[in-house]
Amino acid sequence: MGQTLMTSPHNTSAGPFPLGAAAFPHRGLLGIAGLAPHEILFLLAEAEQWVELNRQPTKRVDHLHGLTIINAFFENSTRTLLSFEIAGKRLGADVVNMQAATSSVKKGETLIDTAMTLNAMRADAIVIRHASSGAVRLISEKVDCPVLNAGDGQHEHPTQALLDALTIRHALREKGLGESFVGLTVVICGDILHSRVARSNILSLTALGANVRVCAPPALMPAEVEQMRVTPFYDFNAALKGADVVMMLRLQNERMQGQFIPSPREYRHLYGLTLDRLALAAPGALVMHPGPMNRGIEIDSNVADMHMKNGEGQSLITRQVEMGVAVRMACLEVLTRKARKLEGWDMPANNKGSWA
Amino acid sequence: MTKAAGLTITGGLLVAADGAPFPGAIRCEGDRIVALGGDVAPQDGDRVVDAGGKLIAPGLVDLGVFAIDKPAFHFGGITRAALMPDQNPPLDRSSTVRYAAQSGKPDFWVHPLAAATRGLDGTELAEVALMRDAGARAVSTGRRWIADSGIMLRLLRYCAMLDLVVVTHAEDGGITGNAVATASEMATRLGLPSAPAQAEALAVARDIALAEMAGARLHVRQVTTAAALDLIRAAQGRGVAVSAGVTPAHFMLSDTALADFRTFLRFSPPLRQEADRKAVIAAIADGTISVISSGHDPRGPEDKRLPFADAEPGMAGAETLLPLTMNLVRDGVIDMAAAFRLIATNPAALLGVDAGVLTVGAQADIALIDADRPWIVSSDKMAAQAGNTPFDRQPMQGRVLALWKGGMQVV
Repeated sequence: MGQTLMTSPHNTSAGPFPLGAAAFPHRGLLGIAGLAPHEILFLLAEAEQWVELNRQPTKRVDHLHGLTIINAFFENSTRTLLSFEIAGKRLGADVVNMQAATSSVKKGETLIDTAMTLNAMRADAIVIRHASSGAVRLISEKVDCPVLNAGDGQHEHPTQALLDALTIRHALREKGLGESFVGLTVVICGDILHSRVARSNILSLTALGANVRVCAPPALMPAEVEQMRVTPFYDFNAALKGADVVMMLRLQNERMQGQFIPSPREYRHLYGLTLDRLALAAPGALVMHPGPMNRGIEIDSNVADMHMKNGEGQSLITRQVEMGVAVRMACLEVLTRKARKLEGWDMPANNKGSWA
Repeated sequence: MTKAAGLTITGGLLVAADGAPFPGAIRCEGDRIVALGGDVAPQDGDRVVDAGGKLIAPGLVDLGVFAIDKPAFHFGGITRAALMPDQNPPLDRSSTVRYAAQSGKPDFWVHPLAAATRGLDGTELAEVALMRDAGARAVSTGRRWIADSGIMLRLLRYCAMLDLVVVTHAEDGGITGNAVATASEMATRLGLPSAPAQAEALAVARDIALAEMAGARLHVRQVTTAAALDLIRAAQGRGVAVSAGVTPAHFMLSDTALADFRTFLRFSPPLRQEADRKAVIAAIADGTISVISSGHDPRGPEDKRLPFADAEPGMAGAETLLPLTMNLVRDGVIDMAAAFRLIATNPAALLGVDAGVLTVGAQADIALIDADRPWIVSSDKMAAQAGNTPFDRQPMQGRVLALWKGGMQVV
């Protein structure tokens, strides 16, 4: 599809995307699973304008003026909640945060009742984090507005995968390596079993054409993970060989000691990203971490702090946080287009004959 | 109907212990069957029911249910059920067992399974002999296994002496932990806490070894994996008194069905992979599995309208036990006689009750069944206390037209 066909004023990003709602025909964002590669790329393309905006001194637009966004977090979070709150506010929406400790909202009728309560308050979008896999989907079935998954149990964390992809793309561009993920070798190392970040990233990166390796000790490696089109490794050194991107996951060492790995010290011995280990990867390999980091356990400070600037340096960790706001702005803006009756988006999502 | 009147059901196909159903009639007096066969005719004063060429079968005996839910059992042609000890309070003393044993009469008989350990916590043996004399027909470990092999051995020895079958749950708790799914591609994609399917084979292997040592009779209530079925097949081959059961969910569904996180598909043991589902069907065909039961466990929204991992396991299965077993007949896995051995004769024999087969002198527990009659399951219109069925809106074939318990018509 040529550029000249992009006549809709609301597909603000230039790019080969279908017109109007066909570019992203989903009611909410529950996961990367179910998104076509061009839909992932569409969200990334949409996010670019917000990266630009966020780098201006004045960072506010009024696209979502008058809309109410509720951030319902049933699991403790600081960074993601803050990121969503800033994203909503920069778009001009009224943002309300609801933090409910996991323990008090354990029983499900309460969860569904909470969902119906939020719905009755006529939120225009609800962002949900919950400790149980599938919980966000359960809530989304009970509410009328778009639902964004900000992490459900060990299942998915789609905005994290999108922001990671956007971060990688920006770094590639900065290094003069183009835009494409095809053929890129990405290592994801850490607690793959319990990680929703790993699952969403596996789905997104493989969809975009990257070769994904996952690395974990056997107890933290999910069964049949190779069915997700990744190559599993137990040996981190072997996994690193020739890798273009190294994505470290947080070791939840408070939950894990003695159960899955003998000790954090031993974990670092086998799976910590040190300067020596990083040298095994491709020259200039990019280093990422979703945060918060356990410095000195899964990643050494001297690796984490090699921040990239003007194509130099390898660590993208703070860049990830920056891209997070832009990606969440893009998701909120795109998912509320129908409610805002934007031209081309003012029709039923998942219309028949289109892809769902 | 009053019990005193004679009853003759004519013009039906009688389900035989072996071979194809044969044309004939069955005559009852009081609560007993007094005659059956091709040449049986009604006597004066009998109430006569024309079977219209449909099946005359023994009432189903359901080994291992979690609730006494008479409307659902009657809908499903079930006239007796063995109640799991996982009640509130648990069936771990003679008083609760005696109460449970009386709770369905007269139109439904409950055969309680005595808790193997006090409070079902797997540490102290319960008063099994007292419970037997109060009406318990077998002993059960409940929803969980007994982790301590020493206690399990002592239990099996004791029950061997008392000639009671021990009904076990086969999942090694150390491996399963808080898992709600089988470790597989599906659980990995969904991010559900999962455990390897081998947790079942490990539990079965241990329990077979202990039962063999103790000379006890062991019934593994649900065997759902190829590895565990191989162990049971081998043990049966060398003469160990071990039998295996299953519920229809595990021969109808595999874990690919979990894609939508539907909690009506949360079972214990969890749904397995497709190869294991096929192994279950093969084990039903070759007789390794000798019991199919409903595992009837009606659960309301407060237990099921939850995130998958937080929901309670179990399904309301009483109404679909018969049609799903008839599927196996239609698919040529088993013949009609074998089907009723699986859902009536064999469970009755394990419980040591005089039922599950049409024979002169037995209790007149009789189901009149149209094995091909189509109907559609509807979760919100079920007879059961709750509609937690994974088969909602699915077509079934096979339905009970009439049901007699001890000669008394209940449907």
